[in-house]
Amino acid sequence: MKWDEFFVTGEPMIYGAMASIVLVSLAILFCLTYFKKWGYLWREWLTTVDHKKIGIMYILSALIMLFRGGVDALMMRTQLAGPDMKFLDAQHYNEVFTTHGVIMILFMAMPFIIGLMNVVIPLQIGARDVAFPRLNAVSFWLFFAGAMLFNISFVIGGSPDAGWTAYFPLAGIELSPSVGNNFYSIALQIAGIGTLITGVNFIVTILKMRAPGMTLMRMPMFTWSVLITCVIIIFAFPVLTVALALMMFDRMFGSQFFTMADGGMDMLWANLFWVWGHPEVYIVVLPAFGIYSEIISTFSRKNLYGYKSMVVSMIAISLLSFLVWAHHFYTMGHGAMVNGFFSITTMAIAVPTGVKIFNWLFTLQKGRIEFTTPMLYSLAFIPIFTIGGVTGVMLAMASADYQYHNTMFLVAHFHYVLIPGTVFAVIAGMYYWFPKLFGFRLNERLGKLSFWIIAISFNVTFLPLFFLGLKGMTRRMYTYSESTGFGPLNLIATIGSAALAIGFAILVYNIYWSFRYQPRDTTSDPWDARTLEWATHSPVPEYNFAITPNVKSLDAFWFWKKNKQPLFEGKIEEIHMPNNNGQPFVLGVIFFFFGFFMIFSWWTPAIISGIAIVIMLAVRSFERDHGHHIPVKEINKTEQQLRGDKA
Amino acid sequence: MKKKGLLISLFAALLVLLTGCNSIAVLNPKGPVAKTQSDVIIFSMIVMAVVLLVVYVLYIYMLTKYRASKAAPDYEPPHMEGSKWLEITWTLIPVIIVIILSVVTVRSTYAVEKTPEGYESDKPLIIYASSSNWKWHFSYPEEGIETVNYVNIPTHRPVEFRLYSFGPITSFWVPQLGGQKYAMSDMVTRLHLVAEHEGSFVGKNSNFSGKGFAHMEFEVLAMSPAGYTKWIDEVKQTASELTEQEFNSLLEADHVGRKTYTSTHLTFRPAPEGEHGGHNHGAPAADSNEGTDKEMDHSKMDHSTMDHSNMDHSEMENQEADHSQHGN
Repeated sequence: MKWDEFFVTGEPMIYGAMASIVLVSLAILFCLTYFKKWGYLWREWLTTVDHKKIGIMYILSALIMLFRGGVDALMMRTQLAGPDMKFLDAQHYNEVFTTHGVIMILFMAMPFIIGLMNVVIPLQIGARDVAFPRLNAVSFWLFFAGAMLFNISFVIGGSPDAGWTAYFPLAGIELSPSVGNNFYSIALQIAGIGTLITGVNFIVTILKMRAPGMTLMRMPMFTWSVLITCVIIIFAFPVLTVALALMMFDRMFGSQFFTMADGGMDMLWANLFWVWGHPEVYIVVLPAFGIYSEIISTFSRKNLYGYKSMVVSMIAISLLSFLVWAHHFYTMGHGAMVNGFFSITTMAIAVPTGVKIFNWLFTLQKGRIEFTTPMLYSLAFIPIFTIGGVTGVMLAMASADYQYHNTMFLVAHFHYVLIPGTVFAVIAGMYYWFPKLFGFRLNERLGKLSFWIIAISFNVTFLPLFFLGLKGMTRRMYTYSESTGFGPLNLIATIGSAALAIGFAILVYNIYWSFRYQPRDTTSDPWDARTLEWATHSPVPEYNFAITPNVKSLDAFWFWKKNKQPLFEGKIEEIHMPNNNGQPFVLGVIFFFFGFFMIFSWWTPAIISGIAIVIMLAVRSFERDHGHHIPVKEINKTEQQLRGDKA
Repeated sequence: MKKKGLLISLFAALLVLLTGCNSIAVLNPKGPVAKTQSDVIIFSMIVMAVVLLVVYVLYIYMLTKYRASKAAPDYEPPHMEGSKWLEITWTLIPVIIVIILSVVTVRSTYAVEKTPEGYESDKPLIIYASSSNWKWHFSYPEEGIETVNYVNIPTHRPVEFRLYSFGPITSFWVPQLGGQKYAMSDMVTRLHLVAEHEGSFVGKNSNFSGKGFAHMEFEVLAMSPAGYTKWIDEVKQTASELTEQEFNSLLEADHVGRKTYTSTHLTFRPAPEGEHGGHNHGAPAADSNEGTDKEMDHSKMDHSTMDHSNMDHSEMENQEADHSQHGN
């Protein structure tokens, strides 16, 4: 392979990106060395098994990926701003929309959700960590390896260019001979293993590690949503694993699962992809529902309305999510009966979703609504997401979908679902739980400013796309002529997207500003919240709770505050905690190189790193690590210190 | 307030849609299939607007009435478990809405999947529409002509498009005549359309298929039956035959302009249906014309012959010979 095939060449923007990657990497290395932070980085972050730190690393990665995916989005919108724009050529545009989709779903929404899960779940159920802390670190480093691998594709080898759905035969070796789609199959595979492990880890954590007295029906709604999400993960992700493996065989080893010749079935890929892909939507949306439930209840100062029906409706959604995949390709030509079936199952999802919307609305009723930043996002979610929902029902109607399919109408619909449904939720969650992690709130003034910019410009960006779709503009077209009449609405959308970018920039600036200037909270419960995570100190000590809480009702912390119902009974005892370990990080690094060599079909190094992975697993199997115990004296000291800070 | 503004703009937009929608292709149908779909879309929009209205009214009510700034300083919200009857109400009403929409959907889906009502007794005009790279080939087997990147059809006669692809999955879409359907390399799908108005309509591939995707448009010209017959005669007099060699070079090209021929490629490169389908593992080929739902039956289809690399005849024949080894 020649060097100009290895590196992507010929694009000034990409040369710029290469230069900035090198410069930023050098700057990071220099700063770490200059400020003597290597040891700190290794001890506190790279080897950590603490769920809170892993959560923070997930969220940080998600924010970086949000930036990357956002830049992709801006590039697309710039190219579409007017007819016959010359900003991107077809190939570049195709790569950009492919990576935008993959990154936003798999490397932004997923890690953001999983990061919040990591931070919050053990605290919410009164546990000291997740069930398998080291495995949790493995999950993170595999996700991170996959994400980095996918991201370097735009400077090395070329990005995948067949859409985030990678439909065959287009994504096959015959029509996409570059390594781009190898990045897709390998990087997603590695990250997917991490996600699958997370699913198992959190199911066990939630089922086995709840504080005494916390029955299933006393779990906070976010915990419920994560439990259900993890069940979806362990049923859906194996399908992706298999599909990506078959894709890898097709592309690298000459098998013919999805090819045009020799009995390959392109529609088999589409089916497998969406059998995972549709539940995936609920994997990122259900935890968001959980976050909204917590926030709406906290800032209405009321318990969640219809708790039981909230749980039942989430279970119903999770079951239905596996019965609707064919609605992504009604137009593939299955008969009216198949399409009718999938139409009905799809529309049926509207029922439990509607139940949730009304429950949230009635949680507000007779409440005492405070418009904090997290609450603003949660409140904006309801009307915007409802538009996404009702257009979803419209798309579910097969006969009408023949007209919406593959158009901007669809693009508008899923952005109306995923941005208020997931992005608003993770931002709201970040604002809401930030003080728990860092001991201070993000600035409300900047927070509200960025909220209004984001909420309004979101609608400016995506509302026009509904009409563009009905006018006949298909998705993924890199240009259009003036005679189509698509120009004005596209221009509005592009203006909206620029404003959206400003909103997100303010959001990030807010994090920086708040770290420097925001006054530190003197209480561990700044929002006057209801669930257990607010019952311990902020920032949370390593062991979470000095004494394991004893739960007697739903919203146990609230009733402790209001009725002086005892929560922490007993005395402080020695706490058993897991040891930090560097193996997960090393495993992630090896996986990265293994994936890289696989992508370029460099078999010898690939085999060597494959063996290294097996050795790592073997080493782990024979290792005995019983963790460590924190003595009572040290706990007392920490507790005093944390309490003392508050005085 | 932002939300009210949103509401108003939404209804204004809806109003625009429902009244003058000439620039909205999907809602400006020129044939019965697109008309059915347009009716379904407008009906669902109205239903959904009512749903939105209910949610928005409740939402605005809750947000204006129960804000902390309006509450008494010592107001403590009550504990509310939920209400059985309210919850049953907002489960049952959506269920009823979904049932209504389901009936509409299933009926209309059956309607658009077959020859439009009123045209059942007419003999459909069969046109094979196939995509290669970023162009469309239209073969008229009865008339024995073939066009590239444009298709002329008579009005008031059902047209049965038989769709397949010489490469990636594409989607054949003429918004003003009816919804789209995929064209794939290993099977033939069918799309029934009728034009009831003369005119030129934009047709396109709507499914991303690579570099030239954005320019993969074609023109559908609906002409009077007399005009159509005249056009056929003209083609037969002026155009030349489509040789296999010419067709192969057409397949290789990225984009070409309009082309017209007096023979079809179906004679030397049959469509992937029946015995030529992609997954027919040695099964009898007799079922190729057994009704519209049959072509999706994967188990009965055969090895693809639509592959770029397998273009010459001898290789195709080798492949055909292979079938016997793949008995069902």
